[in-house]
Amino acid sequence: MSGHETGGEPTDWESWSQSWKHHHLLGLELHSAEEIQSILDLAELFAQASQEGRNRLTLLRGFTVANLFFENSTRTRNSFSLAAKRLGADTVEFSSAGSSTSKGETFIDTAKTIEAMGVDAVVVRHATPGTPHLLAKHLSCSVLNAGDGPHEHPTQGLLDILTIRQHRGSLKGLTVGLIGDIEHSRTARSNIWGLQKLGAHVIVCGPATLVSRRWKQLGVETSHRLDDILPRCDVLNLLRIQFERQTMRPFPSVHEYGLLYAMTKERLARSKPDVLILAPGPINRGVELTSEVADGHHSVILHQVANGISIRMAVLWLLLGRRVASESFARG
Amino acid sequence: MAVDAKSSWLIEKARLIDPSQSIDGIRTLWIDNGLVAGIDPVPGQFPQDLPRIDGTGCILAPGLIDIGTELGEPGREEDETIASGCQAALAGGFTSLACSAHTMPPIDSPAAVQFILEKASRLAACKVHVIGCVSKDRTGEQLAEIGSLVEAGVIAVSDAPRPIENTALLRRALEYCSMFGIPLLDQPEVRSLSPYGVMHEGLVQLQLGLPPMPAEAEDLATARDLRLLEATGGILHLVAVSTQGSVELCRRAKHRGLRFTAGVFPVNFHLTDESLRSFDSHFKVNPPLRSQEHVVAVQAGLADGTIDIISSGHKARSLEKKIQEIDKAPFGMISLETTLAEVITYLIAPGILNWSQAIEKLSCNPARLLGLPTGTLRVGAPADLILIDPQERWTVDPELLVSRGTNTPLAGQVLQGRVRQCMVDGQPKMPPMHP
Repeated sequence: MSGHETGGEPTDWESWSQSWKHHHLLGLELHSAEEIQSILDLAELFAQASQEGRNRLTLLRGFTVANLFFENSTRTRNSFSLAAKRLGADTVEFSSAGSSTSKGETFIDTAKTIEAMGVDAVVVRHATPGTPHLLAKHLSCSVLNAGDGPHEHPTQGLLDILTIRQHRGSLKGLTVGLIGDIEHSRTARSNIWGLQKLGAHVIVCGPATLVSRRWKQLGVETSHRLDDILPRCDVLNLLRIQFERQTMRPFPSVHEYGLLYAMTKERLARSKPDVLILAPGPINRGVELTSEVADGHHSVILHQVANGISIRMAVLWLLLGRRVASESFARG
Repeated sequence: MAVDAKSSWLIEKARLIDPSQSIDGIRTLWIDNGLVAGIDPVPGQFPQDLPRIDGTGCILAPGLIDIGTELGEPGREEDETIASGCQAALAGGFTSLACSAHTMPPIDSPAAVQFILEKASRLAACKVHVIGCVSKDRTGEQLAEIGSLVEAGVIAVSDAPRPIENTALLRRALEYCSMFGIPLLDQPEVRSLSPYGVMHEGLVQLQLGLPPMPAEAEDLATARDLRLLEATGGILHLVAVSTQGSVELCRRAKHRGLRFTAGVFPVNFHLTDESLRSFDSHFKVNPPLRSQEHVVAVQAGLADGTIDIISSGHKARSLEKKIQEIDKAPFGMISLETTLAEVITYLIAPGILNWSQAIEKLSCNPARLLGLPTGTLRVGAPADLILIDPQERWTVDPELLVSRGTNTPLAGQVLQGRVRQCMVDGQPKMPPMHP
């Protein structure tokens, strides 16, 4: 079965999913460099199909993807929904506000109920690390981690890496600075796993209360002075300050944070001339970066958003595609 | 399954290990009317028709004594009851336990003490002693009526598993308890260093992004407790130490001649924080599972006598509580039925402790701390004893354990050594042994 594309040359999508070995996407820690590269390659193909106007694929027709968001999110949820729809899947939305978890139901029961509705994959976001991993043990459908507390956010890591690869060709030998709230950042952790596997040098930079010495154990360089590392960085990924996860303020004020770590026009002038500015968003303008940097020509923030959909299409297809051939008749 | 209610026996051919009398060898133990009547009695000394138990291949030791067991009652019956907890204790070889004041309401009044003592005495299972609260309502603010509690029968006071955070309260409590000659048991932890903590702070925690419980939170509290003990006198027991720093502080204080005891829970001498990679809340315990260097330090502390007492740390928690997200799930594991086998498997078999040292930490030392007449098989002592098959290998199956809880971190693990018989005052509490 091919994808019933509405234009351009048909792509052999099946061969991609046939060779994929995993049932879930829980974190980049669990995937090899080759697997990460093949997700990126497939995402490029979906991006290309999209650019050619082939936006209505029917690869996952008859499949249902559930968004199970126990924590608020707009962009990641919409990005996953759009990705599923572009593959022809149905989507069902669940968010915890006003639902049964607020009535005391356990998250596992909630997920099992959603699965019983005939869902093929659940996309899970939760404030507690490991929640998708526990669901993967209790559910038989595929589980995609859309962010579990400060632990991992694999599709964000993948889309960041894809964006860098598109602009630089390869990750090998690049120096990538992750700036800001490293301690509470799932994006930082997924980026570190992915970037290191693909051969990049990672510097984590932020106040010592959010970048402790212990991070060196992960094989990254640590820094507390953005100005010192600026001239060496090919990429700067400006992570959001996770005010909601901090139990005690790790720095005296937003003002002081801005003085030390905000990416400004002046700091940009001292960076490499071709430096890439990434930000996973939602961005706090004036805290992590100023507007002129966010909107300037070094910024690839909007590329990241577009890549997010391609990446999510790629992982959905890799996880579910194998079942299409065997089940296509049953699904009609 | 009929339990023999008689209490006079001759236990033959077992290897008797009684550190209180420095005995380790094949001996015959004569029990008369619930008391130890003699070791290796000569014929004629005892009645010829005395029922005999063949202890070939078994180790005979004073019954184990647990400090701080959570029995769930009153108020946490969904986790454990006095009946289920006491039966679990016997299954694990504990002939006596001192139950924790962590109940709802907490044990801070004579009525609460009586409730437990009466309920336990009707069971005729293991012996139950009661630990009272240090602070009123177990809130860590004002002293509980410790004098009245002692009058009602408590043999120690503790707010554990909650640490005594208020340093002034700890000082007062140490001074006040010294009047009654009862020990104060504290769980050393500076909570403000581990707010919302879920697991040991280290590489694994950094990777998992779970809220950290740094080792120094325990180290600082240990240092503070020991310093205050030095200033006040009194009897102090650190409920469970788990860090390299804490063990080292205890070691140095003992070298200086400070008198106190330090305890440990079994999980902290053999499991590491690597277990948390499963995100399974059954590994969420307090003190947390720490990294390998801490586990090694705890083992060294056990070997050189810095750590005196091994307690189960038994805390049954219902499945509904444990099945929550790991940050919401409560701390705690059930361990009454696995403690002895954990000691055999992870301390005795690898040669970290010999049998005498192990029995000392599981029985003699707890008895001495709590001022109990048990923990010895001296002539005249109550015949509270266990027969252990030191070789039997068994797999931990949470569904087969006697405790009401199933929250063991050892599910599926193969352990070595099992209790074959358990006597309280000479009365067998398990079905007769079949050789």
